[in-house]
Amino acid sequence: MNENIWVLMSGDAIAIATTLILAALGALFTERSGVLNLGIEGILLTSAISSFLAADASGSVWLGLIVGSSIGALLASIHAALSVAFRANQIVAGLALVIFGTGLANFLGKPAEGKTVATVIKPLTFGPLSDIPIIGPIVFGQDIITYLAIALAIVASRYLFSTRPGLELRATGDDPATVDAQGLSVARIRIRYTMFGGALVGLGGSWLMLAQSAGWHQAATTNGLGWIALALVVFAGWRPMRIIFGAVLFGFTLQLPFTLQAEQITFIPSAFLEMLPYLATLITLIALSRPGSRNLLGAPRALGTPFVRDER
Amino acid sequence: MSNTSHEVAQRSHHTSGATSTALSAHSIDKKFPGVLANDSVDFDVRAGEVHTLLGENGAGKSTLAAVLCGLYQPDAGYLTRNGKRINLSSPRVGLQHGIAMVHQHFRLVERFTVSENVILGSRDLPFRLNRSDINEKVAAIAESYGLPIDPDATVGDLSVGQRQRVEIVKALYQGAEILLLDEPTAVLVPSEVEKLFENVHAMTAAGKSIVFISHKLGEVVEISDRVTVLRNGRVTGHVSGRGTANTKELARLMVGRDIELNAQRATHATGHEVLQIRNLSLVVNEVSMLSDISFSVHAGEMVGIAGVAGNGQRELSDTIAGLISPTSGSVTISGSMTTDRGPIKAREVGLAYVPEDRLGMGLVPSMSILDNLLLTRDRQLVVDRVSVRPEAARLIEQFEIKANGPDHLARKLSGGNAQKVLLARELSGGRGATKLLVVCSPTRGLDVGAIETVRRLLNDARSAGQAILLISEDLDEVLSLSDRVLVLYRGAIVHETPGETAQLSQVGAAMAGLASEGPS
Ligand SMILES: Nc1ncnc2c1ncn2[C@@H]1O[C@H](COP(=O)(O)OP(=O)(O)OP(=O)(O)O)[C@@H](O)[C@H]1O
Ligand SMILES: [Mg+2]
Repeated sequence: MNENIWVLMSGDAIAIATTLILAALGALFTERSGVLNLGIEGILLTSAISSFLAADASGSVWLGLIVGSSIGALLASIHAALSVAFRANQIVAGLALVIFGTGLANFLGKPAEGKTVATVIKPLTFGPLSDIPIIGPIVFGQDIITYLAIALAIVASRYLFSTRPGLELRATGDDPATVDAQGLSVARIRIRYTMFGGALVGLGGSWLMLAQSAGWHQAATTNGLGWIALALVVFAGWRPMRIIFGAVLFGFTLQLPFTLQAEQITFIPSAFLEMLPYLATLITLIALSRPGSRNLLGAPRALGTPFVRDER
Repeated sequence: MSNTSHEVAQRSHHTSGATSTALSAHSIDKKFPGVLANDSVDFDVRAGEVHTLLGENGAGKSTLAAVLCGLYQPDAGYLTRNGKRINLSSPRVGLQHGIAMVHQHFRLVERFTVSENVILGSRDLPFRLNRSDINEKVAAIAESYGLPIDPDATVGDLSVGQRQRVEIVKALYQGAEILLLDEPTAVLVPSEVEKLFENVHAMTAAGKSIVFISHKLGEVVEISDRVTVLRNGRVTGHVSGRGTANTKELARLMVGRDIELNAQRATHATGHEVLQIRNLSLVVNEVSMLSDISFSVHAGEMVGIAGVAGNGQRELSDTIAGLISPTSGSVTISGSMTTDRGPIKAREVGLAYVPEDRLGMGLVPSMSILDNLLLTRDRQLVVDRVSVRPEAARLIEQFEIKANGPDHLARKLSGGNAQKVLLARELSGGRGATKLLVVCSPTRGLDVGAIETVRRLLNDARSAGQAILLISEDLDEVLSLSDRVLVLYRGAIVHETPGETAQLSQVGAAMAGLASEGPS
């Protein structure tokens, strides 16, 4: 087997992992506040095409990233409004967001179909370090957003567990009535983190588009990564550090069949791969709907439950 | 508005020279749809004193406390703090004025540690938390008021008494000078009450003020410097000076008549076996919750189960009600095996059940009183509200439930009145075929008048030939009502004695696990 193919494969796996880390961190912040946003896939798609259009028109990938993240926050604010202000059923609101996002992305993407961006985010080089065989290109050959995503996960972990706002965020997801009794605004905290989460998801979607330069291929652009990100949060037990490892693992799992195919090994049918996001979603939803498994996994206690003050 | 409250206001003015008035409320009105929960209430508390609010269920005590801490805004009237007028728009503003409330239901995040809970909501903390600094400060506060607690313990693992301590430490950490304790002793066992009172003394000695709410008159007499009595939202009485009041007098002030809570036992010979429990064991997550319990209850007999909370009471009652399947053993209700047959089967053969958890298991908070009553009535396809309405109205009257009528939502009732609705439903025995009545802490949170009513109804049920299993942490209640007393300790029955000759000291020792006599 050719050494290069493994380097290539890790490259692709890390590409998937970067999007997954950003999207899963976004979902994690949202869920830690007690809001379940199933609309991640819709946000990923819409922000991907928005960033593409912005970068294409302006010629700046950075502007593309900013536009993509802002669109992510904007879409998430719809979910926040529905589930926090109007106390809608969050599962229904989230699914509606997926449908809305997918439709909007396909509409916006019509003129971009098949096109690729002129400028892409370039990998960094670390001089001789990047020339080490195999390890060099994998560890020292990524672009800035990939390193940023990993750094973000580390910072997120510190933020959650050893800062005052992190404490308030965790408390809001677990026991909003207690947070309310402290005079903090549950609604404000939930809206803030749902939107921040949306921005992170948007960044992930934009990066997928602009660093991979794969061009716009409708829903195939994200290929269900949003659903996998949601599953990842569950499997990571709502802990940011575990998301890094989970994302790399998922990245390789998703990439393996392609690599094997390229090597003419085809014992894993590609249908299985296509099924994976939905299988992951199914397992996630089952895990989240049973009180026993929710507790075992460490889900925020109030996840998916609207907060109403006067209930006594 | 009324003469009485006018006098009280005068009086607080008069006395404020001696010790400074820390907080006072002036002619507070608070309306809820259909009720005037506070009607021109005057109230004040001085530095270093315990001022108790006493009153029937629904008298407006919790409402007044909520106004005093900023949770509710009064519709009329105002508050002054150290003589200056203040406007509490939220509990946070209340805290800034040094006023904190310890709620009837604790406001703690179970997954957090003690110190995380204590600091949650404090604004003056730096962005990054320094755990060891915080732990030190929390431990220091706890220590100085005699509230020893491990700052790193997870709150979910703590006993009820310890959680309450966390709430108090939290209030003190946030700089509270005035603490409002709403029925703090309702959930405590006697030894914990003693500890709490020591803490209260430590706090008043340090110049803090305590507003205390309780239905237990003995405690009120013991702890209070002053007592204010509320009735239907109005101040109707006032007693000052520690030890000058006695429980009889307080009871009369509260309900306007003398209350007799004498021991009563079965007057008829007991009949056949109604509840039979054989070798019942329950293991949950490899922890033994019930071990080899056998006993029976006969028609016309009341068997009391005493024990400190958490020794298997809840598991036992839920197993009898068919809500839990035991690991081994059997439950038989009036001749039918009900083990593993579910709650509906148990009810069909004549069970009525008042569970421990009122608003969780007993009532549906978002439904009306009427619909809650209907829940255990005949299970027909079409709900027949019309024919039950008069009965609902009658029960509301009989149990003196403070509500606008049968359509009042359960969650809008005061704590004690919700309890009464549940009792009304179970004691009035829907299909008239109740053979076994299982009641858990039936009088917790009730005022003395209501306690008298409930005890009378339990006695009537016994005289009518029903078998009654009374599970209660209130030892006095168990001893004064039961024909037979069993003590539950760590899931096993460790002591059995006839109610008539039961010794408080012996039963108390058995509850603490010092039983000399094994199960009989
Ligand atoms: N949020 C609310 N909405 C509507 N009515 C309410 C609300 N809170 C209290 N009430 C009503 O106001 C009255 C006073 O209630 P409150 O809770 O102050 O009584 P309490 O004296 O604390 O009684 P208890 O001893 O039973 O706890 C009751 O009639 C109650 O039904
Ligand atoms: Mg109350």
